[in-house]
Amino acid sequence: MKEKLQQIKLLSRDPVLLTVIIAILVSLVLFILYPLSKVIIVSVYPKGEFTVDFLAKVVTSWHLRQAFFNSLLMGVLTAVFGSLVGFIFAFTITRTNIPFKKFFNLMAIIPIISPPFIGALAIIMLFGNNGFITSTIFGLSNFKIYGIRGLLFAQIVTFFPVAYITLKGVLESISPTLEDAAMDLGGSRFKVFKRVTLPLAVPGLASAMLILFIETLADFGNPLILAGSRFPILSVQAYLEITGMYNLPKGAALAFALLIPSLTAFFIQKYWVSKKQYVTITGKPTVSSIKLVSPVVKWLLFATVSLFALVIIMIYATIMWGAFVNIWGSDNTFTLRHFYYVFGVGFEAVKDTLIIAGVSTPISGFMGMVIAFLVVRKRFPGKQFMEISSLLSFAVPGTVIGIGYILAFNDYPIMLTGTLSILLLNFIFRYIPVGIQSGIAVLRQVDPSIEEAAIDLGADSRSTFRRVTLPLMIPAFFSGLIYSFVRAMTAISAAIFLVSSKWNLMTVQIMSQVNSGRLGAAAAFSLVLVLIILIAILFIRSLISYRYGKLGGTMLKI
Amino acid sequence: MSVTLKNISKIFKDPDNAAKEFTAVKGVDLDIFEGEMVTFLGPSGCGKTTTLRIISGFEAPTTGEVWISDQMVNNIPPNKRDTSMVFQSYAIFPHLSVAQNIGFGLELKGVKPKEVKKKVEEIIEVMNLQNLYNRRPDQLSGGQQQRVALARAIINRPKVLLFDEPLSNLDAKLRDQMRIEIRRIQQTFGITSIYVTHDQDEAMTVSDRIMVMKDGEVMQIGTPFEIYSRPSNNFVADFIGRVNFLSATVAAVETDSISVEYNGISKHFPSWNGDFKKEETAHIVIRPESLILSKVEKGSPLLLGKIKRSVYLGPTVEYEIEVENRKKPILAVTYNPVEEGFYKNGELVHIDFKPEAAHILPTE
Repeated sequence: MKEKLQQIKLLSRDPVLLTVIIAILVSLVLFILYPLSKVIIVSVYPKGEFTVDFLAKVVTSWHLRQAFFNSLLMGVLTAVFGSLVGFIFAFTITRTNIPFKKFFNLMAIIPIISPPFIGALAIIMLFGNNGFITSTIFGLSNFKIYGIRGLLFAQIVTFFPVAYITLKGVLESISPTLEDAAMDLGGSRFKVFKRVTLPLAVPGLASAMLILFIETLADFGNPLILAGSRFPILSVQAYLEITGMYNLPKGAALAFALLIPSLTAFFIQKYWVSKKQYVTITGKPTVSSIKLVSPVVKWLLFATVSLFALVIIMIYATIMWGAFVNIWGSDNTFTLRHFYYVFGVGFEAVKDTLIIAGVSTPISGFMGMVIAFLVVRKRFPGKQFMEISSLLSFAVPGTVIGIGYILAFNDYPIMLTGTLSILLLNFIFRYIPVGIQSGIAVLRQVDPSIEEAAIDLGADSRSTFRRVTLPLMIPAFFSGLIYSFVRAMTAISAAIFLVSSKWNLMTVQIMSQVNSGRLGAAAAFSLVLVLIILIAILFIRSLISYRYGKLGGTMLKI
Repeated sequence: MSVTLKNISKIFKDPDNAAKEFTAVKGVDLDIFEGEMVTFLGPSGCGKTTTLRIISGFEAPTTGEVWISDQMVNNIPPNKRDTSMVFQSYAIFPHLSVAQNIGFGLELKGVKPKEVKKKVEEIIEVMNLQNLYNRRPDQLSGGQQQRVALARAIINRPKVLLFDEPLSNLDAKLRDQMRIEIRRIQQTFGITSIYVTHDQDEAMTVSDRIMVMKDGEVMQIGTPFEIYSRPSNNFVADFIGRVNFLSATVAAVETDSISVEYNGISKHFPSWNGDFKKEETAHIVIRPESLILSKVEKGSPLLLGKIKRSVYLGPTVEYEIEVENRKKPILAVTYNPVEEGFYKNGELVHIDFKPEAAHILPTE
């Protein structure tokens, strides 16, 4: 307690810092915790009276119980298989000398810069009722892609890149000299893999699996398209309750149920698994000698990753093809009419998406940097609260956040429903963790005495941050910016609750095109979206390398 | 400007467990005079860096007062204190050029760009950094970075210059050069300076006075000669250089000498520390290079020993000599071995020394 008082006393001497801390804490409470608490409150206090009726439905109703169970099942299966595919890619790229590594790396990353349901869209186009493979090639008319099979496939394609990026980092940080040493001590290749490489990668694998679990549980796009009525998924059910039945308490209760496993996984990841990560310290960067796999295994791995790359290519080829043919599955004449639609009637959504993503991500990135700075470098009461609540929006499923926002900001004192502000605020606070994490990573590498030197030379905390810390964080700021821009452009699960006739998003448009069976327009929209993201990434990258030379060039690899 | 520390203590609390405490600095009192260079010397964890950071303002003392000339500065934050620090890691701003780094402090003070440029050019001249004006920090060698850090600190003409182990990242040759350079620049500008190091050679080279610390406490404050030749306790004697302790008995205490008996021979020693009474035990503190070795018996030498091991180092030869009734071998160093001759392993040697070269300390 005395410690806290001393911290407050120290802060009061630095009014700028104190104001910033208070402003951030207030806005975190208002735009993250308040909407979440609203979800809980509305589900148990729907009309000012305490009731567990709505929550109980998750257990008593067969349909909802099934939805809860299905969501968990999908989460677990995607976590396991997605991480497996991610691991195969990461291992093949870091530990073998197969040809075309750059190409495979690209294939494993490209699904990230696409709307999360592009896989689902392609699957419907290939295997659906009018599917190219099922109907056109094999002439099947009753092939069932809706349900667990199709959904699992789409989820793996959508989320394995997340596991890939995590595991690639983990495998790259395991020094190959450890494997060399194990071989030198007489271990066979398989034994070295089993006894050295794999155990060192286990914490990373666990972490990747938990992240995939959280993301799958939160995902909304793929299940809405592919789950079908006989395989209910909780996030979709919550959406239907709210937008279809306008049953807010029940929707909130479902969101609440969704929140519990997500948060559990998040805290396991943050406080248990991430602490178990091994750090191998070596004096000099070591060159991988790539002896861990025999030629047979190498070509087996090559075949596996090629197969997956083929699937990815097929998905994108399907989308591209679909965007240019008249009617998917029946009329294959070339047309640009879907693009006329996107740039005509649909152009409002393109513009709105660009405005919302373009405005919210820099703000969110900057706030992320400030929070990272405060959390790593400053001592103040409420610091832990700031860190946890700002990272929370990573763990909370978008559906829950979206429902929380309409519950919280639909009424006095803060009436925001239908406005641009509600979308902006949602996006800003949703992607803060991206900035925080890249900011923290950079700050941990910056010697604290660099900032002390500035203070020592007479800088106060504001000019230290502005003139020393911030410039050092800029490359991280921009690479975080790319990532959160991509996420904002492709987001749907929270946004779908918040769009209005005045402010709409491309992802929501794509979704409604799919639902009304206009696959061509959906494909054209998706293609334009991916192109916009690619152009934005190239633009930010060249801006950085122009301004910061080699400092920026190497730091922006996704 | 003078610096005064009055009863400075620092207790660190474990952030996870407030009950766990660690006392880094215990009741340090020190007066540093204007223009003086004082070194804080001690093993790692002795509190020397913490004391320095308390003076710079990066740590607040738990008790005690820090005075810079006639101002109590406890409540002045580090950016308002007129001290400049040279960091162990140099802490050069990686996004600024050499000139921008050096001019940073002046710029913050609102000095006009033209003036800043002129002063930066002046200091760059003094520091021999002429060709590096527009270089980026990652294009500098370790020694150059060190000079930039020093230039950045002294351009502000601070009241006090603080060095936090500034040479520990340099290789041995450069380190020897730089410590002479640092001393030269400090004396040229006449800035009161405090220098933290764990390297005693460095401390001997740069300091007017040395403060030896251990476990947060001051062990001795004195000139390099006092610290090395007249240590006030066994820790200092043992920590600085190498030493032989000979357990002896006090024979008589006189006004200007103390008579101590060792191995049946009584000698008068002119320097000692502590209150002694007759018949009390005492340590004769004698440095290896002060021992006189001889194959033949001259006068009545103190000891006879057998060479156990010898190491030839070029300018010197070091010997470990076994002596009867003593566990630890005696260390001796001879200079100019070609002239003085070598002793073979197993050879018997007579050992003696002049009382003026030794110092008497209590055994505890």
